[in-house]
Amino acid sequence: MPKRTDIKKILLLGSGPIVIGQACEFDYSGAQACKALKEEGYEIVLANSNPATIMTDPEFADQTYIEPLTPEFIEYIIEKERPDAILPTLGGQTALNIAIKLWENGVLEKYDVKMLGADYDVIKKAEDREQFKQAVLKIGLDLPQSSFAKNMDEAWKVVKEMGYPLIIRPSFTLGGTGGGIVHNDEEFEKTASLGMESSIINEVLIEESIVGWKEYELEVMRDNKDNVVIVCSIENLDAMGVHTGDSITVAPAQTLTDKEYQAMRDASLALIREIGVETGGSNIQFAVDPKDGRMVVIEMNPRVSRSSALASKATGFPIAKFAAKLAIGYSLDEIQNDITRETPASFEPTIDYCVVKMPRFTFEKFPEAKDILGVQMKSVGETMSIGRTFKEALQKALRGLEIGHSGLDNKLNFKDIPDDKIALRLKEPNASRIFYVKYALQKGMSPEEISKISLIDIWYIAHIKQIVDFENVLIATFKKDKALGKDIIRKAKKYGFSDVQLARLMGMKELAFRRIRKEMGIVATFKQVDTCAAEFEAHTPYYYSTYESEDEAIIEDRKLTEKLKKQGQADRKKIMILGGGPNRIGQGIEFDYCCCHASFAVGEMGYESIMVNSNPETVSTDYDTSDRLYFEPLTFEDVMNILDVEHPDGVIVQYGGQTPLNLARRLADSGAPIIGTSVDSIDLAENRERFSDFIGSVGIQQPANGSAVSAEEAVDIARRIGYPLLVRPSYVLGGRAMRIVYDEESLLSFISEAKEVSAGHPILIDRFIEDAIEVDVDAICDGKETKVAGIMEHIEHAGIHSGDSACCIPPPTISEELIEQIKTYTCKIAEGLKVVGLLNIQFAIKGSAVYVLEVNPRASRTVPFVSKAIGTPLAKVAAQVMMGKNLTDFDLKDQKDLKYMSIKESVLPFSRFSGVDIVLGPEMKSTGEVMGIADDFGVAFAKSQLCANQGLPGKGKIFVSVKDEDKRNSIFFAKKLADLNFKLVSTKGTARVLKTNGVDVQLVDKNGEGKNNVLTLIKKNEINLIINTPSGKRSESDMRAIRAAAILHNVPCITTLQGAWAAVNGIEASAKKKFTVKSLQDYYNSADTISNSK
Amino acid sequence: MMKKAILYLEDGTRFAGTFLAVSGETAGEVVFNTAMSGYQEILTDPSYAGQIVTMTYPLIGNYGVNEEDIESKGVHVKGFVVKEFCRQHSNFRATKNLIDYLNDNKIIAIEDIDTRALTRHLRLFGVMKGIISTEDFDSESLAKKLAQIPSMAGSDWVKEVTTKKTYVWPAEGGAARFKVAAIDCGIKFNILRVLAGLGCDIHVFPAKTLPKEILAINPDGILVSNGPGDPAAVTYVIENLKSFIGKLPVFGICLGHQMLGLALGGETYKLKFGHHGANHPVKHMVNNQIGITSQNHGFCVDLKSFKNDDVEMVDLNLNDNTVEGMRHKKYPVISFQHHPEASPGPHDAQYLFKYFVEMMEEHKS
Repeated sequence: MPKRTDIKKILLLGSGPIVIGQACEFDYSGAQACKALKEEGYEIVLANSNPATIMTDPEFADQTYIEPLTPEFIEYIIEKERPDAILPTLGGQTALNIAIKLWENGVLEKYDVKMLGADYDVIKKAEDREQFKQAVLKIGLDLPQSSFAKNMDEAWKVVKEMGYPLIIRPSFTLGGTGGGIVHNDEEFEKTASLGMESSIINEVLIEESIVGWKEYELEVMRDNKDNVVIVCSIENLDAMGVHTGDSITVAPAQTLTDKEYQAMRDASLALIREIGVETGGSNIQFAVDPKDGRMVVIEMNPRVSRSSALASKATGFPIAKFAAKLAIGYSLDEIQNDITRETPASFEPTIDYCVVKMPRFTFEKFPEAKDILGVQMKSVGETMSIGRTFKEALQKALRGLEIGHSGLDNKLNFKDIPDDKIALRLKEPNASRIFYVKYALQKGMSPEEISKISLIDIWYIAHIKQIVDFENVLIATFKKDKALGKDIIRKAKKYGFSDVQLARLMGMKELAFRRIRKEMGIVATFKQVDTCAAEFEAHTPYYYSTYESEDEAIIEDRKLTEKLKKQGQADRKKIMILGGGPNRIGQGIEFDYCCCHASFAVGEMGYESIMVNSNPETVSTDYDTSDRLYFEPLTFEDVMNILDVEHPDGVIVQYGGQTPLNLARRLADSGAPIIGTSVDSIDLAENRERFSDFIGSVGIQQPANGSAVSAEEAVDIARRIGYPLLVRPSYVLGGRAMRIVYDEESLLSFISEAKEVSAGHPILIDRFIEDAIEVDVDAICDGKETKVAGIMEHIEHAGIHSGDSACCIPPPTISEELIEQIKTYTCKIAEGLKVVGLLNIQFAIKGSAVYVLEVNPRASRTVPFVSKAIGTPLAKVAAQVMMGKNLTDFDLKDQKDLKYMSIKESVLPFSRFSGVDIVLGPEMKSTGEVMGIADDFGVAFAKSQLCANQGLPGKGKIFVSVKDEDKRNSIFFAKKLADLNFKLVSTKGTARVLKTNGVDVQLVDKNGEGKNNVLTLIKKNEINLIINTPSGKRSESDMRAIRAAAILHNVPCITTLQGAWAAVNGIEASAKKKFTVKSLQDYYNSADTISNSK
Repeated sequence: MMKKAILYLEDGTRFAGTFLAVSGETAGEVVFNTAMSGYQEILTDPSYAGQIVTMTYPLIGNYGVNEEDIESKGVHVKGFVVKEFCRQHSNFRATKNLIDYLNDNKIIAIEDIDTRALTRHLRLFGVMKGIISTEDFDSESLAKKLAQIPSMAGSDWVKEVTTKKTYVWPAEGGAARFKVAAIDCGIKFNILRVLAGLGCDIHVFPAKTLPKEILAINPDGILVSNGPGDPAAVTYVIENLKSFIGKLPVFGICLGHQMLGLALGGETYKLKFGHHGANHPVKHMVNNQIGITSQNHGFCVDLKSFKNDDVEMVDLNLNDNTVEGMRHKKYPVISFQHHPEASPGPHDAQYLFKYFVEMMEEHKS
């Protein structure tokens, strides 16, 4: 069937900020959809609140709205744009939920907007658990026993019938928010009531526990001719009970016979037909009882999901792109498989390798939270590895995780771990369980026993045992022969052992081992990912490394060179881009955005782009982002292996965050042609002493500082420069373990903790400048000239990590003189460091003095935000500069003349980590960001809060409780709020100050059980906003409880005075004006915003 | 101790690996199968007689073997080539490890082969003869041995795998609705299971059985099964089929389909590397539905070779546009190149057996 001609304009919904459970995979799917629909000639209107996405680049859609993803704002967009259709199946649960709301409140009907992909009834049938249950039973499939409850009375009734353990699943949430496994009455009461609150329809499903069953997922696609294909099967290593997002997963399914797999396939086909997903992808989860093979359906997502991204990267089958094409009327057989170019998309990929996905956790950021895994997702990223065997893929995935492991190696000596601890760590699913499987095996526990305790299938344990046994052989052989021979090293490489592991075992340096290995002729070979197990020729080079006999990357490279030679053309110039690996707090989608732009820039220069990354969620690992894609861990060894095959003309290391930057020195030493800012300049910026000298030499102030390698040294420095101090380990990103200390005691306790974070590197100590305004600057330098692209004023004071604080372009409160001074400083630093490419500087302004806090000669987290705000793709321009262009070759815009305000707000994951205080500090904790744009600050700020799902109230009660230093400053905004007809409530201290100053305030208790207790008011949803500035480390525990309640009940909670100011500004502005929406293209096209002055 | 083995191809290419337990030498046509599961079904499929099979999926043996997932009573492959055999299988139905199963069946099996390189080689240069040896690693001597093996084109392998005696596979669930005569050219049990499920008593005859003996049981329909080798070499079945066409409903699968093509006056040709897998899209022209099919064939019917237009294509392979099914316009004859009985592979095409049932119903009334 040809594409639909009754629709011309399509509204595509994105998924908003990166949060746990919804990450870059929806940028990947949205970007693919934009490309696919544009290719077909449709007009695209895109809505997404996340500026760090590729999809929100103005070239990807005709009209791009960076606006809050709420039904109200989407209605404004619909009203303005009048699209013919809405495509909500590529923007995660967020997009789906908005589409449901818009259908229910009649907006879609009112404006005659058709739903593509899945219509209302389909979404309801798949997502409403009762309807879903009926559908499953109707087609004769099995489900876990279950029952719904809309209140606690109903819930208790169910418990009496079923008994423990039970699983609680709230209806309509993402990532399983609020769910859990319960074993007793107490846990049940807590989890069930929580679940009801987090469900948008206040409903939970209480389910028979199938904890310990094997878990599977099938990715299914259907077209409008009722053709259905399975793209990929995925088997979870962790049994049922651990959220799929937190499980180690493997593709394809390993332990199903063909009979069982086909039964699962049949069930998937029947289910997608019964639910009625007309076109596009769905994901269906199954559980299988390992004892007898009983198969039950767990759930179905009638949309593209995180697993779809994984399945796409695991097979080479672009699910999102095809989903978009199917949505506009094509059938599977009318779409060509891009990789083979000769076979249609109506087939099922077959793979000839093993894929392992490993979740990345950041429990270290939330020390109060336990690293125990359950049905609520906690991981913030993932890495995927491809190997010819499970053993190889597993070890590659572990080193790709970048958590200090070079494979399945020991961080602890297994002999030191007590048996009962091993048993516990095996039993309770946790972030490091896979290593405890190894420790248990090393201690002699049998695979059967481990499988019994951990409920991990013996198939996986047995493979891990092969690794452990072989490692013992390696050790014994080396002990005996004092060397390792060619055959045994080759076998080790086939088992996925890294050079680091083997070098350590042989007591030598990695580089020395690498040399020996290469001399033996043991080199990595690259194989193609081609959807068809080599049955057809592949045209889209997408590679992984393994140790085999044939290297396809070399074969293809030679073919291309010969072809060009025949045509009388010169050979290609190649630029390699190193990505950022798995997402983590501090290093996420922003860096992937930059890497993609580097790739686009390479293409525009007419060179060949080579991407290296291991993150399956990203746009950078889409096979058509770059000319070649290497799906590999970002380690020295793996990158060098690619360099050996590709011999690129340049390597870009400054775009993937700290990951490639940490490799830069060693790569350069080994001959990698790193382009852009030199490795020496990078080191100059990172090395405290060299940096201080440099800053002094260009005449700029820096807070007094020093660096220490021992506690004694640190104390000396501290005495010299005085408290408070900002202390942190060097060579880390996201303010990892960064802290403000006020006395010697806390300094010493920091030092003991910091050792683990940055082994071998010194601790950096700075005088902390209190109450200073922090400013972030992003600039591009071509080595001679500098362009200051964006100056961002932070809302929160210096001391809150820049990744967690909100910021605004252009700076709303900084004088022109200071801005000029900051520009001058930036140019001095950029040119002094001989930066070629991007540069980010953090300044602090105290009074009229400007201090440099930090210089990062690399792409920063704010690059996409600044690019969107000023309408210039900074990362792309800077990449071209690295490849030799001059800044004068570009027509760059200046932020000075911007007639609108852009505010970046961060999004925090506190609701996932119970027990963690939500206070902001120098260690970054946010997972994502959003952007609010408007003509004035207040409206832009109010929008940014709506984007971050913490919309400011228009009326109601506000709880105010501030620390003593802030009391004086709170009077004015409290008055303002009272004038805006808010009722204020406060605890004793704050209430007294406000009352004395003529502000009407109701006094409430901060603790106790009384009716007048603030916690009770929060629980009863009577508080609409909380303003609570905590007093440093000694913050009282009752205030913590208030903040925890705020998170639980989703009451916006502001913890800084500056945040409160901005909020009041936002509340006032939105009270005065109606919100309007405007596309990026319209902002950019207002002629007066464009200027070209430096 | 490493047990060194070699796979030597007739064009001189060598692949080194290690063997499991059964040593010696074995030769045959080397083919690759791209199915990710179903190795037990593949090993026991008589259509693989005379062939050394390599699996493109690298981890084989994961779920062990069991008593049920067999397609015949024996293992028919000449040799088995994989990347890695699984030492510790896991599945609730497993009764044995695959390695033991192969050893018990005296199959020479080698692993640690770059099976992707081997597959690419076969794709680029076509399937060819190969020899696995655990004792002779000399190319010249291996080449000589290979030269003595007849090539697949022109070889009748049916006689090696057909049943010696006629037997009956009874219908499921009580009285049979139909009596089917199956000409066993290497029939897969799942064809029998599916037909039995549709209410057929199946009388399975040796391939060389004369038509009058078959007609003697008064069947409602003739099924000509899958099987190994070159269809053109099985002249006796082709000849016998001619006497059923137009008289009884005839249903052909795979080799049976090819032989029907020859019996109807068409020609067959050898494909470069055949279709062996479980992911091939086939469009059924009657309803335009696309099914993902199970495939295992090296030869193909040439639709253009028919002298008249009595035969029409009913199934088309969307990957390479080859004929996957045909029927006679006047007579109740329909056949499929792919495997509607699946096993291993998707069940999308299983409904095609309905044509056989419909033809038999019509014939009876």
